[in-house]
Amino acid sequence: MLDNIVSTGKKATRDGFGAGIDAISGDNEQLVVLTADLAGSLKIENFIADHPERYFQVGIAEANMMCIAAGLANGGKIPYTTTFANFSTGRVYDQIRQSIAYSHKNVKICASHAGLTLGEDGATHQILEDIGMMRMLPGMTVINPCDYHQTKAATMAIADHHGPVYLRFGRPSWPMFTENMPFEIGKALHMAEGSDISIFATGHMVWQAVEAAKELAKEGISVDLINIHTIKPLDEEAILASVKKTGCAVSCEEHNRMGGLGDAIAQVLTSKHPVPQEFVAVNDSFGESGTPAELLDKYGLSVADVVKAAKRALARK
Amino acid sequence: MANIAELKSIASQVRRDIVRQVADAQSGHPGGSLGCADLLVALYFEVMKHNNNFNMSGDQEDMFYLSNGHISPVWYSVLARSGYFPVKELATFRKLNTRLQGHPTTHEGLPGVRTASGSLGQGLSVAIGAALAKKLNKDPQLVFCLMGDGEQEEGQVWEAVMFAPHNKVDNLIAIVDRNNQQIDGSLDEVLDMGDLGEKYAAFGWEVLRMDGNNMEEVVATLNKAKALAGKGKPIFIDMKTEMGKGVDYMEGTHKWHGKAPDAELTAKAMAQLEETLGDY
Repeated sequence: MLDNIVSTGKKATRDGFGAGIDAISGDNEQLVVLTADLAGSLKIENFIADHPERYFQVGIAEANMMCIAAGLANGGKIPYTTTFANFSTGRVYDQIRQSIAYSHKNVKICASHAGLTLGEDGATHQILEDIGMMRMLPGMTVINPCDYHQTKAATMAIADHHGPVYLRFGRPSWPMFTENMPFEIGKALHMAEGSDISIFATGHMVWQAVEAAKELAKEGISVDLINIHTIKPLDEEAILASVKKTGCAVSCEEHNRMGGLGDAIAQVLTSKHPVPQEFVAVNDSFGESGTPAELLDKYGLSVADVVKAAKRALARK
Repeated sequence: MANIAELKSIASQVRRDIVRQVADAQSGHPGGSLGCADLLVALYFEVMKHNNNFNMSGDQEDMFYLSNGHISPVWYSVLARSGYFPVKELATFRKLNTRLQGHPTTHEGLPGVRTASGSLGQGLSVAIGAALAKKLNKDPQLVFCLMGDGEQEEGQVWEAVMFAPHNKVDNLIAIVDRNNQQIDGSLDEVLDMGDLGEKYAAFGWEVLRMDGNNMEEVVATLNKAKALAGKGKPIFIDMKTEMGKGVDYMEGTHKWHGKAPDAELTAKAMAQLEETLGDY
């Protein structure tokens, strides 16, 4: 099963977002798209050309964008807001909290350039706290797809999901490996059956986990690999079924180790089925400028880091 | 034509409701609420076309957004008195398990409220979104938004002030309650706003001014604003009011911005306001 997971080429997850928008924009008249001066970066050029009446350029005014989206939702629209992840969350946390989450608005917060793999722009733009912030908002659905195909599927699926959604994706070209795999909000994707260790990964880290699982297999270690594209609501059933089989876990995320996927999984494990867990995540620090590969290496998110974490978890069984 | 005497009579009852709610909860914001009573009565009982069978999308009706959510007592009173929910529910204001939260919210499902407010500076943006949705839905009705004057200090307000004229959001009427008071003192002391009308006009808004405590003028100005809608520009009304209007010891000071009167002062306030529709 693991050997069947192969990269069929590389594309950015944000391209998957643009493709998802294009796929549904003609059929869903309620879909509206807003941007804060980053239309090109979010790959919405086709939407702008095809549906100019449903496109809103807000300018560099993210707070205004979030609340305009809330107002549009009141009128029955399904607004997709688009900007970088940092400006989609931390910059506008209060607007999201009051006008979107607390007000139950059907707004889709679509955030590109998340995580370290944004690269050379450095720490001001590489947000590593966004999953935590959005997870903490009651009623918010948090989705972090792993590749082009999954991002496209998620972008389409959230239009039919009533309620606020945070959809997180990235900038770099990244291996594609989930074509024709199912996508359902809130349902983890079981990528490979294994018996020795559970690896739970989200976003770009799913591919790192695939490669790590292949490395571990060479040493006779069998990995149960679970793709957690939806961090909230978390598929507790899939997590518990996996650790009951393997007895230990590794969580992998391109995010601060505080507040993200690892913490979410730890809450499930400690309260329902305690097993050793190791965390592959940024160790409570800001990032810096560099290439995506260099940054993943320096901050402990490389394939080798996932392998090492797996061995630490196994040793604690 | 509006029956001004009837509107004034309702406004008096609304002022009694405001004092009772805040006194009963021993918590809340009476000053700004009293100042805006005439405006909200004029909107809900005369100017706005609205449907008491509340639905969130507000299709084919005028919508109202309260941005400075702390003046919830006046809004709750007007919503109840105009039929959105039972008047007796005003007695639950700010108490445990109420739909009448300290600041308005959709969370508890109170009819009439479409977006939570309380953290300042967001309402104009939300109203713009609602107005844009109306345009997309080919709905000719209007969106009204009330903001505080102190609230104009929030930067997001000016993001919205720039957006609306640029995008010809001409089905939007924004009103600022210019009572010149905020929590820490007068606006002149805290952060001088200058002439707000000139500032909005400079960004491309149609600007009107009115005395927000003169019912005839309020109704006439709101009707004039409605007539200006659909002509390419959003409309701004600089509404001068007196904080605490109708209760002598609350007038002309910021001290009753967020404070409840004791029993003696409550009785004094109620004695100054005519009961016209029956207290709850």
